[in-house]
Amino acid sequence: MLSAIVSTGKKATRDGYGEGMTELGRTNPEVVALCADLVGSLKIQQFIDENPDRFFQTGIAEANMMGIAAGLATAGKIPFPSTFANFATGRVYDQIRQSIAYSHKNVKICASHAGVTLGEDGATHQILEDIGMMKMLPGFTVINPCDANQTKAATVAIAEHHGPVYLRFGRPGWPVFTSEDESFVIGKARILNRGTDVTLIACGHMVWQSVEAAKQLENEGISVDLLDMHTIKPLDTEAIVQSVRRTGCVVTAEEHQRNGGLGDSVSQTLARQYPAPQEYVAVNDTFGESGKPFELLDKYGLGVKDIVAAVKSVLKRKSRR
Amino acid sequence: MSRIERLNQIASQVRRDIIRQTHMAASGHPGGSLGCADFMTALYFEVMDHNPSFNMKGANEDVFFLSNGHISPLWYSILARSGYFPVEELASFRKINSRLQGHPATHEGLPGVRVASGSLGQGLSVAIGMALAKKLNGDTKTVYVLTGDGELQEGQVWEAAMFAAHHKVDNLIVTVDWNGQQIDGPTREVMSLGDLEAKWKGFGWRVLHMDGHDMDDILMTLKEAKNASRMGKPVCILMKTEMGKGVDFMEGTHKWHGKATNDEQTKKALAQLEETLGDF
Repeated sequence: MLSAIVSTGKKATRDGYGEGMTELGRTNPEVVALCADLVGSLKIQQFIDENPDRFFQTGIAEANMMGIAAGLATAGKIPFPSTFANFATGRVYDQIRQSIAYSHKNVKICASHAGVTLGEDGATHQILEDIGMMKMLPGFTVINPCDANQTKAATVAIAEHHGPVYLRFGRPGWPVFTSEDESFVIGKARILNRGTDVTLIACGHMVWQSVEAAKQLENEGISVDLLDMHTIKPLDTEAIVQSVRRTGCVVTAEEHQRNGGLGDSVSQTLARQYPAPQEYVAVNDTFGESGKPFELLDKYGLGVKDIVAAVKSVLKRKSRR
Repeated sequence: MSRIERLNQIASQVRRDIIRQTHMAASGHPGGSLGCADFMTALYFEVMDHNPSFNMKGANEDVFFLSNGHISPLWYSILARSGYFPVEELASFRKINSRLQGHPATHEGLPGVRVASGSLGQGLSVAIGMALAKKLNGDTKTVYVLTGDGELQEGQVWEAAMFAAHHKVDNLIVTVDWNGQQIDGPTREVMSLGDLEAKWKGFGWRVLHMDGHDMDDILMTLKEAKNASRMGKPVCILMKTEMGKGVDFMEGTHKWHGKATNDEQTKKALAQLEETLGDF
């Protein structure tokens, strides 16, 4: 029921990460944290206060941080290196590729300030290519949770999962609409609403945008099957195909480049298993810029109205078939 | 036979293994491999307390990381001769379906290798991570890492150097293979390294010097390094070596950095290296 999905207030997804780390600090002695001079932004001060020996400040040296994480993991620790998403992926891609992914290291790369909702700092920091880069690495799990509660749950869940993980979250205060006590299952889509006309699949901040869009569409008589695809890899292909079999068309929504993102992964699945018309709500081959989060979402085609328009567009294509 | 004689004999066989592996693969990096053969022999056959039955975590044993992964034929020979895997497997170096990848890797579970290397500049960081974990676990063993000198041109090495000093990672001994050569030529022409001793000291490290072809000096310096560890500072050994050491026509030039010998050159090279432990 869409009407039951309501925001209980705003909180940044990165706050959820900090809370998850605090919990892990208390429950899992093998968990260690690393940070490259962004402790305040990553919200891990409480973890550090409670576990000073299990935190390593690397300074502004992300490449070294990834290598150290690989070494800690080799010895059996569960390292959580964290920084801004741009510096956690593109800047250190080769270190991640060789020392972590190819070497099968149990490292949890946790990245804040992803996407345009980073806001005023501008395009240098607004990475929109990270999901693509990270999902291309063999063996990597890629997760982009939708609110603070889910980010906390995901943080705790990835410590239990053996293998390298990229956990992507963001900077701004964001509606909290998932339950605090809901456990996080890696690779399992959450079905937010069962509908019949169109499948809408979103990740990260765009899940809330999609909830709002789905409510508008429902008022216009369009029934939306809404999936929170927090795990981009491994992708819940079964949930996608099951849904699109019923609706016959799909819209994907993500705060990322169209190239290489969630939409791409959904397309790959459908092309092989159940070809259907698809529209993408994503950034289309451009960099972002400075501005307020919602101004940027609107300018770069990630607004609620853009999702509504994409749904209407894909419905037209479906009816022409 | 004295300890030194025994080590020199092993090193001679290791050098044969390097020439034969790279010749059979018709590729690989014999130059730097030959240059570090004495050091690696001393490390694995005398200095390190390590377990060839191999445990990835390396708990309660000395652990080695090879940062300059291209000298893999040397490391593979050392590991095989130490009992990590069958010596016969050296024949599969760089071949399809082999655990002996061109550059060391973990993906097929080759015993002795804990992280992939090849893309340069990453090994010191990984070694630091292992050293930190040992400290957290109350494990008093030492972490060793070998890097090339050309590799020091990678910025990550200096990020790691700064970190190790700042965090007093003093259960760590890095050895720099200071042969003054890299693929495109002598390091002083390609990209000068400047005053290496001053650089490492400036970064807060204890620095030692070593002749990488004098087994006595290698053992003595490694002992000194071990004694200098756990004193609040990481330890760096600047090891003077000659690329291609042990084969006269390969010595002192970068030309054999990444090129294998042909049939005739192989014969000439092997004639200079005594077969002491039996070829694979």
